[in-house]
Amino acid sequence: MEDRELETMLNDVTSEKSNRREFLKRAAACGISFSSFGVVGLILPKEMEAKAELVPYDWDKHRWVYLVDVEKCIGCGACARACRTENSVPEGMYRTWIERYEIPAEGETAVDSPGGGEQGFGPGLQGREIPKAFFVPKLCNHCAETPCTQVCPVGASYSTNDGAVLVDQERCIGCGYCVQACPYGSRFINPETHTADKCTWCYHRVSKGLKPACVEICPVGARIFGDRKNPNDPVNEILATQKVHLLQPELLTKPQCYYRGLDMEVR
Amino acid sequence: MHEVTGYLFPNDLHIHWSLMIVLYPYITGLVAGAFLVSSLYHVFGKEEFRPLGRFALATALCFLTVATVPLLNHLGHAERAANIIITPHFTSAMAGFGILYASYFLVLLLEVWFVFRSDIVYRVATTTGVTRWFYATLALGVYDVSPPALELDKRIIRVLAAIGIPMACLLHGYVGFLFGALKANPWWSTPLMPIIFLFSAMVSGIALLVVLYQVVMSLKGWRIEASAIAALARWLWLFLIMTLTLEILEIMTLAYERAEEWEVISHLLTHQLSISFISIQMVLGGLIPFILLAIVVLLDRFMDDRIRNTLTMVASLLLLMQVIAMRWNVVIGGQMFSKSMRGFRETYVPGLFDKEGVVAAVIILVIPFVLLFFFERVLPTFAHLERSRRGSEVGEAE
Repeated sequence: MEDRELETMLNDVTSEKSNRREFLKRAAACGISFSSFGVVGLILPKEMEAKAELVPYDWDKHRWVYLVDVEKCIGCGACARACRTENSVPEGMYRTWIERYEIPAEGETAVDSPGGGEQGFGPGLQGREIPKAFFVPKLCNHCAETPCTQVCPVGASYSTNDGAVLVDQERCIGCGYCVQACPYGSRFINPETHTADKCTWCYHRVSKGLKPACVEICPVGARIFGDRKNPNDPVNEILATQKVHLLQPELLTKPQCYYRGLDMEVR
Repeated sequence: MHEVTGYLFPNDLHIHWSLMIVLYPYITGLVAGAFLVSSLYHVFGKEEFRPLGRFALATALCFLTVATVPLLNHLGHAERAANIIITPHFTSAMAGFGILYASYFLVLLLEVWFVFRSDIVYRVATTTGVTRWFYATLALGVYDVSPPALELDKRIIRVLAAIGIPMACLLHGYVGFLFGALKANPWWSTPLMPIIFLFSAMVSGIALLVVLYQVVMSLKGWRIEASAIAALARWLWLFLIMTLTLEILEIMTLAYERAEEWEVISHLLTHQLSISFISIQMVLGGLIPFILLAIVVLLDRFMDDRIRNTLTMVASLLLLMQVIAMRWNVVIGGQMFSKSMRGFRETYVPGLFDKEGVVAAVIILVIPFVLLFFFERVLPTFAHLERSRRGSEVGEAE
């Protein structure tokens, strides 16, 4: 009897164990599907696409602007991963990336961006006092006076009326002049299409009333996208009332990508 | 992954402008230099270049013919290359390329035709069958080689050669402008760039002629004109002095200003480019030819022909290397550091069999010599020697 009881108890325990294992499995599966939902969710739902097509997009009614809040970025890399998924960016090329700056009390500033910061960052400088460290997300600055469209010999690189700088993949001859002309390293020659490639601010999403993938996914709101022609857009208040900076302003390319809390070490 | 130091923007790891973009300014430079020598005779009547007038012109044409090949091989979409001419975007310095190239090519082709016209007519008269038909096609139905007609040819040649000089300078100087007018890259961005490109073009073109002239004469067993070599050496020395002065001036200015970019460029010159810039461009290809040519030019009166030929030949070979090293240092050097101004690629070795690799580059560089060989077969580039050999009486318009 005792033995029997013991057996039942053991059975219960093992079944409980298996249940627990089952639970953990399900939880993990749930977690994976939930987290992947974050990425999948970026893809435009069918109905929304259909709806968006009914209202034609008027590029004269918008003036897009991008704002990076350096103080908020935690360097998780979700934005760079979302960008790669959303835009099928080939491995080794980057439409956006995150830089880590570590400024020790003494010695040289250390900057790195392992794999574009896409998988986050490992340990940084070891055994040193680092009073200042921060992450800086980078992307195309969509300059208003951009040297990249200036140098394109066939007009494949162009600025849209709403402020985005885009590349016409059907016209680009792949000469690479724009890649050389960009002071920010934002462009590359796509090894699959053999044409110039760059951040589009997810124009395919923006023109359907959505935010760029990187903005959508940022868990801390370090990436902000807004419309200067929409007075109710919060981005306008930030730009009007807070101190913002541009990357390499001395080149007079007039970037449309602003940085809040930028350090002078950042170029 | 490539070996790097410091922090590079992740897209800056790639060298987008490859060996092909090194070759392109090298080839157009050779064209410009060779054309100048031919024009020194045709326009400015420098008699010492008379033996080389036609050969220099043929050389320019053969090299110009392949000038676009490295570019087409480099383009991601070569099939769309014509868009540069069909739908040019004129704010781009590159957009003018098609128009400049095509019009200079036309001028050069016309000049070649006028210069060689009397020989074409002579061949029509002295050959039969397919050969005759071929030359008749080249003659374009014009067979008038009377003295007044040849006199007219001469005048047209002078005009074409005169137009050709600024065009050749534009075609080549504009390549320098492509680099010099990019504010994103401190190693390229200088108004000196087109001028440096132009002067080094003259150096390479003249050096090429020195080498080719001596080789062809030796192969044919003809006498090398001492006056021609002496004159080439003089011009070569002059242009070399100009080139080196400008190249050093550029570095000195950057070093003296000690602006932000000097940190990057000084590192570039002493590490990544230490061999190709300091050893090759400045010492082996700069200082040594300078001394050799100084000897040739300053001691010309006391010089034995063979010594002059040899010294000039050695200097020219070194200079041909110097100029390609300069193109390399500009094109590749400008991509060895990141626009982050914090990091460098350590090395760049082009692949041997890559689409834009070493073998492709060698093939492209050999083609113009093959073309020149066939040109020589079809039309006499050293007409005065051919004629004295066959003793025929053909009027000439050169």
